Amino acid sequence: MIEVLPDKCDFCGCCVGVCPEDAIELKEAEIIIIEKTCTNCAKCVWSCPIEVLVFNRNGVGNTNAEK
Amino acid sequence: MLKSEYDIVVVGAGPAGSMAARFAAEKGVSVLVLEKDRDVGYPVRCGEAVSKAGIEEFIPSDPKFIATVINKFSFVAPDGSEVIIPLEEEGYILERRIFDYELAKTAAKAGAEILTRAYVNGLLFDGDRVAGVKYEFNGERKEVKSKIVIAADGVESRVGRWAGLKTHVDFRDMESAVQITAANVPVNPDTCYFYFGEEFAPQGYFWIFPKDNNSANIGLGIGGGMNRKKSARKYLNDFMSKNYPDASVLTTVAGGVPCVPTLDEIVAPGIMLAGDAARQVNPLSGGGIASGMIGGSIAGAVAGDAVLNNNPDYIFEYQKKWNDRLGKRHRIFDRIKNGIYNFTDRQFNDIAHAVLKLPEDKRSLGNIFKIALVNKPKLLIDVAKVFFTK
Repeated sequence: MIEVLPDKCDFCGCCVGVCPEDAIELKEAEIIIIEKTCTNCAKCVWSCPIEVLVFNRNGVGNTNAEK
Repeated sequence: MLKSEYDIVVVGAGPAGSMAARFAAEKGVSVLVLEKDRDVGYPVRCGEAVSKAGIEEFIPSDPKFIATVINKFSFVAPDGSEVIIPLEEEGYILERRIFDYELAKTAAKAGAEILTRAYVNGLLFDGDRVAGVKYEFNGERKEVKSKIVIAADGVESRVGRWAGLKTHVDFRDMESAVQITAANVPVNPDTCYFYFGEEFAPQGYFWIFPKDNNSANIGLGIGGGMNRKKSARKYLNDFMSKNYPDASVLTTVAGGVPCVPTLDEIVAPGIMLAGDAARQVNPLSGGGIASGMIGGSIAGAVAGDAVLNNNPDYIFEYQKKWNDRLGKRHRIFDRIKNGIYNFTDRQFNDIAHAVLKLPEDKRSLGNIFKIALVNKPKLLIDVAKVFFTK
């Protein structure tokens, strides 16, 4: 599953623009992967300019950047 | 005091949203702008370069939002060959955090209301027609009805999707970008620098845009297919440690630049898209300030007329008006981009060497593209259309 690494995100929205499933919620300074919509296609991971998103094969649950 | 219903709700208070709000309000209809961030104009997610004419169509030039005046472009090939092009028309490096503020003030002056920290998270529908938005404000869930929603909610736009418009950008066409504003960077304050090649920015370009003679926006954009292998941030770090190890970083911004032609559909019943949300960026340069303002202004004026004439379907005219003004032109820029974005270092070097053989007064943007695309006659016609005819 897709994880957001804590304290790294710049909230730029690049990932939201490339998400084919509308599975990313971006507020002013909060980003959430909507797990039930996400298909793990990883396009957000590939396009993130600052390597905030990672694909975790083990699927240990998503991390909210705000935590 | 907010009303429960407006003629027009605009989502986003960037250049496109503010111009949509202003041009609608100038028609005399009621307009509310909802901005998710607490400040209009901040954080800045932009290289801040724009042409003087692009600004002055909408707001007089004012030193308070102009960092530097640009008269020259410098193109640097992978082998270090430098081609300097004097600009026919001057450009600016803006202070977007002030510029966006001033644009929003013109919208407010025209009568639009603006609410910050208002995060739009859903649409209201009347049958199939968009009839307002849901939003969060101060931790509360709110709704506001409208006859028309103009979604200018940026590269991360979701509002259009909720109305069934296909706004998603293929990750290979989304330029993954990162930029710092750095001090202790000696630069010519009248020159924008562009670096090309594998080392700097494959399938994109690396830029240095001066903010004064000792600080600059330094960044790059690369295609998502490249970013997947090595991130934009790594390219930037490599460049800085090699070239400006003593620079101080004042701010860092990441971003996605949708380098695609405008979406095929930017209007659906009750809703219009503008700016980055509509993918109105120039796909060749990645510039979106001026084109976003143009898109927003057309959307706002058409929406205002639709309300005044009580003709909801009139908003579909926006699509045609946009295409006539810039949409078709952006398709040409996109074809040119597709002709050059995959060039090898050797090709870039060859172009630079050929341009440097031209007399200085023949070195122009148009002639650079003519040389670059000399083996692609169809694209030469496109170059002629956008660089050699007004």
